[in-house]
Amino acid sequence: MAKVLVVTSGKGGVGKTTSTAALGAALAQLGQNVVVIDFDVGLRNLDLVMGAERRVVFDLINVVQGVAKLPQALIRDKRLENLWLLPASQTRDKDALTEEGVRRVISDLRTKFDWILCDSPAGIERGATLAMRYADEAIIVTNPEVSSVRDSDRIIGMLDSKTVRAERGERVEKHLLVTRYDAGRAARGEMLSIDDILEILATPLLGIVPESQDVLRASNVGCPVTLNNAGSAPARAYIDAVRRLMGESIEMTVPVERKGLMDRLLRRRAA
Amino acid sequence: MDATQQAVRQQVRMRGRSYVAFVFSPVVPIVSWLAEIDETLAKSPGFFTGKPVVLDLSAVDLSQAAIAHLVGSLGERNIRILGIEGVDESRLAANMPPLLTGGRACAITTVEPQPKPVKAKDKSPSLLLESPVRSGQSIVFAEGDVTVLGSVGSGAEIVAGGSIHVYGTLRGRAMAGINGNSSARIFCQKIEAELLAIDGYYQTAEQISDSLRNRPAQAWLEGEMLRITALN
Repeated sequence: MAKVLVVTSGKGGVGKTTSTAALGAALAQLGQNVVVIDFDVGLRNLDLVMGAERRVVFDLINVVQGVAKLPQALIRDKRLENLWLLPASQTRDKDALTEEGVRRVISDLRTKFDWILCDSPAGIERGATLAMRYADEAIIVTNPEVSSVRDSDRIIGMLDSKTVRAERGERVEKHLLVTRYDAGRAARGEMLSIDDILEILATPLLGIVPESQDVLRASNVGCPVTLNNAGSAPARAYIDAVRRLMGESIEMTVPVERKGLMDRLLRRRAA
Repeated sequence: MDATQQAVRQQVRMRGRSYVAFVFSPVVPIVSWLAEIDETLAKSPGFFTGKPVVLDLSAVDLSQAAIAHLVGSLGERNIRILGIEGVDESRLAANMPPLLTGGRACAITTVEPQPKPVKAKDKSPSLLLESPVRSGQSIVFAEGDVTVLGSVGSGAEIVAGGSIHVYGTLRGRAMAGINGNSSARIFCQKIEAELLAIDGYYQTAEQISDSLRNRPAQAWLEGEMLRITALN
């Protein structure tokens, strides 16, 4: 049974695209058939983070409008054969998306994949509402910071009212993914703590991804962090999150950097 | 000439259609017949309210004045007569309901049990929300109290005709007694509200004392002053 997951946040720049790529790759690494869809029409990024930007021919809009067939637009990942990308169009805007078109694409994908990850654009407008429209579950990406948390609260409200499931009286299961978390700064009160966030959002926690240079490094080389350096702290956090998604119960921890002597020497030289 | 006339679209169209209506057949003496109607009304007030009623006068022989009196008496009981049948047209004055012909008997499905549960609901005008109210959501319930089992997020608002009860943290706006109910109150388990208002008198987060923050609190109106105090 295919699961449609929307990765959303309300606020921009909190790590939706990075998380979609990392979670998608981690699911594929565990043997699942995965497709990641970029809903950020006009400002596409997922292709870059996945390292597929030079192979985009057709995109989501082409499929929605019936110009191209779904198999023509799907791009297979070069590293994982069961990971696919449906890119967004860069030349169009969100108005080119239609509800009926998105419904058709998602129901087609449901027959081919185990997991369908929808990378939502920021905001609460058409792109974001259509990305969540047909979702079974939602991952809400939040930074430990008040504006991000409030925007997430708004998005949770929309998940409970604007999705097809909500309109049918069913629930969209929600998971909270806290990214860019710095345990030290939270302890000094410079950031919201995990408890603060959970208290405000009242949503089950899926994982805590620590702030890390590895994330930026992976994005820059066009490789999901879980593939680029599976041993890094953020990669381990994403892999744990995916295992929880698949129903395993794993103790919630904040993975820390394993700093060896060589790492420290190299980092100092790089800086 | 003809062509232009045909082009004019006809706005008024006459169509025939038949409907189901209650038929009252008064018998003499009219006074005791009316008393029977009163009995029915005593058992279920509003039974005939809004229902189409036709008066069948074939069993009685009434003068124009008597028919006018009967229609008036039923009007006093909030029973509006849609039309009259079984009487000569000459007996009906211009201000009376029109004469109906060609009526056929049919079964009326009783709609009496339906209004009752609605009335039971009306008795306790309160709204219970079993999930948190999220940022951006606006709950408006002018009929009475609102109770929230959960928190009210920053940027959310609750508007109630009566009191507001929040079993969680109130971070958004709460406006109680919006219909001029100055005895309405706001209760919450933890106060971090952006704005509290009762009957139009309000305080913003800036005006709410810091000593109250994060504590259970209630707000009420004392004259024209909005008072907020801790509950413990």
